[in-house]
Amino acid sequence: MTTEYVREDADPPLDYPPYRSTALRHPKEPLVYLPHTVTEITGPQLGPARVRGELDSDLTRQHEGEPIGERMTVTGRVLDTEGRPLRGTLVEIWQANSAGRYRHRSDRWPAPLDPNFSGAGRAVTDDDGRYSFTTIKPGPYPWGNHHNAWRPAHIHFSLMGQAFAQRLVTQMYFPGDPLFPFDPIFNSVRDPKARERMIAAFTMDGTQPNWATGYEFDICLRGPEATPFEEAH
Amino acid sequence: MSFHTTPSQTVGPFLSIGLPWPEGEFAVPPDSPGAIRIAMTVSDGAGEPVPDAMIETWQADPEPSETSGFRGFARSGFEAGDGNYEVVTLKPGAVPMPDGRMQAPHVDVSVFARGMLNRCVTRIYFADEDEANASDPVLASVPADRRETLLAQPTDDGYRFDIRLQGPGETVFFAI
Ligand SMILES: [Fe+2]
Repeated sequence: MTTEYVREDADPPLDYPPYRSTALRHPKEPLVYLPHTVTEITGPQLGPARVRGELDSDLTRQHEGEPIGERMTVTGRVLDTEGRPLRGTLVEIWQANSAGRYRHRSDRWPAPLDPNFSGAGRAVTDDDGRYSFTTIKPGPYPWGNHHNAWRPAHIHFSLMGQAFAQRLVTQMYFPGDPLFPFDPIFNSVRDPKARERMIAAFTMDGTQPNWATGYEFDICLRGPEATPFEEAH
Repeated sequence: MSFHTTPSQTVGPFLSIGLPWPEGEFAVPPDSPGAIRIAMTVSDGAGEPVPDAMIETWQADPEPSETSGFRGFARSGFEAGDGNYEVVTLKPGAVPMPDGRMQAPHVDVSVFARGMLNRCVTRIYFADEDEANASDPVLASVPADRRETLLAQPTDDGYRFDIRLQGPGETVFFAI
């Protein structure tokens, strides 16, 4: 017996013509099956060392003044497919400001920058696998994929997990966004149930009176499963 | 399996807001004994350099039995903007397959970029490890005429490993 991580396929295809930039950036040759060896079932354990202090997870307090926008808490648990919490794992986020503008030299659309908002955060999960950020709700923004293309509001999430096989970069969306039907990146995930797993839930419980609205976003990474190594694949 | 995974989405064009680490590309300080530089160019299906990618590497220690505090991980990319990436690391030691057969020294690589809805995973092997490479079970599973794309070639201060996402000489990518 040995350890393999589950190979569930909720992920979008690399070749997805509605998202035009995939055209020249996807391999055309078939992927070669990689057994999960010690290199794939281990990973960098860098969580706590990457987070410098509590300001890293509070994006509203990284500048002298406060950013404009809907202040909110985004919290959730990082679990594996067996429901086990992933402890001490690094969660990195980046996002646009409340006007939908990124603090980045190649974001040039005419929406205002916010001098009090950088849009980057880092946190490490606790013993329950829970992370928590305070930030402002990002706005939707236009992009050049097709005529009048708009991205639904989202926060980019990067998770190291505990093994190379668990590494995930995704985007968190907000419930009921009217732009969902028009966004090729969101819809590149073909299974509607899988798409729902990228949408945070508004929770009254996570809302702080007279302070911040609350969203809950659990993230599920592949879990190890015991399989005989002779098993056909 | 009781839960289902959260799907992957692209890093998009603005990853440099959130992901850079000041010493990201250095798995070891460049003046460390045994440090090697692995230079990479990422190019797309038109043969053009990909200027906005991020490369992550993960690997075994030089001596797997030794707990040296070696980070084993590097992250390269962001602001250079010319399609060239490099990491500074130590040459990994050999590690076994789950069935006990030995693998040749290798580095796992993730490529992320705008236009990629999921990472692409490949492996760096070392062209000067002929004997170990010849008996590596993963390399043996790759079509013989494409193995060359997984071999980093020696240079003056390390190795060169070019990554072609698509087209002639397309790098072998793995289903992980
Ligand atoms: Fe974005």
